[in-house]
Amino acid sequence: MSDSCLSLSNLRKKRLLLTAALFFAFSAVFASSEPHEEEKFNPADLIFHHISDAHEWHFATTPSGQHITLYLPVILYSSDRGLETFSSHVFHNEADAHTSAIYNGYTLDEKGHLIATDGRSFYDISITKNVMMLFLTAFLLVAVMLSVAAGYKKNKGKAPKGIQSFIEPIILFVRDEIVKPNLGHKTDKFLPYLLTLFFFILFGNLLGLLPGAGNLTGNIAVTLTLAVFTFIITNVSGNGAYWSHIFWTPDVPLPLRAVILPVEIIGIFTKPISLTVRLFVAITAGHIVLLSLICLAFVFHSYVVGTFSSLVVLFIYLIELLVAGIQAYVFTLFTSVYIGMATAEHHDDH
Amino acid sequence: MLLALLMDVSLAVMGAGIGAGLAAIGAGIGIGRIGGSAMEGMARQPEASGKIQGAMLIIAALIEVAALFALVICLLIWTKM
Repeated sequence: MSDSCLSLSNLRKKRLLLTAALFFAFSAVFASSEPHEEEKFNPADLIFHHISDAHEWHFATTPSGQHITLYLPVILYSSDRGLETFSSHVFHNEADAHTSAIYNGYTLDEKGHLIATDGRSFYDISITKNVMMLFLTAFLLVAVMLSVAAGYKKNKGKAPKGIQSFIEPIILFVRDEIVKPNLGHKTDKFLPYLLTLFFFILFGNLLGLLPGAGNLTGNIAVTLTLAVFTFIITNVSGNGAYWSHIFWTPDVPLPLRAVILPVEIIGIFTKPISLTVRLFVAITAGHIVLLSLICLAFVFHSYVVGTFSSLVVLFIYLIELLVAGIQAYVFTLFTSVYIGMATAEHHDDH
Repeated sequence: MLLALLMDVSLAVMGAGIGAGLAAIGAGIGIGRIGGSAMEGMARQPEASGKIQGAMLIIAALIEVAALFALVICLLIWTKM
C-alpha cells in the first residue's frame, strides 16, 4: 500500500509550493521612505489600523522611516467591467501618505474600504490581510496534521515522536473531554469537524498574537462563518426528538406552548450568534487592550511609563495566550453540546 | 444650536465611558464570586483543586466575554462620535 495518501508526496509538495509562489507573484514588497511628519499621535487611529483588515500588509516601519509593506492583490468583479486584478500598490500615493490615489475609477476611503468614485456597485473579492492570514492558518493546519498522520504511519506500534507527540495529547483531550461526554457513541461521526474547528481557532488565535500578523479570528465574518457551519450541522443532524421539542414542547400545558414556540425558534438562532460574538469579542478586545497599553508609552513620552507598560503588556500577553486556548475550547465545547442536544436519543422518561 | 450639538456628542461619549466602567464592575463582581467559590472548594478538598482550577478558568473566560460585549459597544459609540 503506497504512502502517498498519508504523507506529502513529491507532487503534492510541488503543488503547494507552486500555489504559494503564485500568490506572491501577484504582489510585491516595496520599501518606501516617507517624509517624517510631526503630527499629534492618535491612539484610536493606530489601534483601529492594527485590528482592522486592509488591502496591504504593513509589517513594520524602520527607524529611518521606511515602511516594509506587502501590497496584496485587489480582485474586483463588476457586471460592466468583468474581473479586474491589480496590486494595491496603485493606491499608494507618493505625495501624501494618508490619502489614496485613484486608479481606474477606484480609490480607498479613510477607513481603507475600496469604493468606486462614480458610485458603481461591484464585488470586492480581493486577497486582503485577513484572507492571507486565513491561507496561512489553513496551510499550517494542513502541514501539521499531515505530518502527524505520517508520523502515525511511520511509528506504527511504537511510541510517538516529534510533532506527533505534541499534537496527540491535544487531540485526545478534545476527543475525551469535549466530544465524547457530549456525543457518546456518535463521536466518530462529528469528530473530524470538531477537531478541525478546535485547531483552526487555536492556530488562528495564536497566529493573530504574533507581531505584524493579521487579526483573523477577530474578524466577525470569520467567526460568523464558523458559527454558520455549526448551525448547519446542528440543524441538519437534528432528529425528530429535537424538532418536536422545539415546535411542540412536551409536558407543557397547551396555551403555554404557543408562547414557548417563538422563544424556541429564536433560540435556534441565538446559539450561533452567541458563538460568533463570543470569539470575536474575546480576541478583538484582547488585541485592543494590548495595543492601548503599548500606546500609553507613546502618549506620555516617558521612559518610566514605557517600562511599566511593557511589563503589564507582557503579563496581559500571557493572559491572551491562555484566552486563545480557552476560546478555542469554549467554541468547540458549545458546538459539541449543541450537536449532542440535537442528536440526543429520545428518553422515555416523560 | 452648536451648544446643543456639542452637548449631544459629549453626553454620548460620557455614556460610553460610564458604560465601559459599569461593564468592568460587572466582570469584576462575576469573576470575583467565581474565584471566591473556587477558593472555598479548594480549601475544603485540596485533592480536587486541579479540576476546580480548570473549571474556574473556563467560566472566568465566559464571564469576561460578557463584559467585553459591553466594552465593544462603548468603543463603537466613542469612535462614531
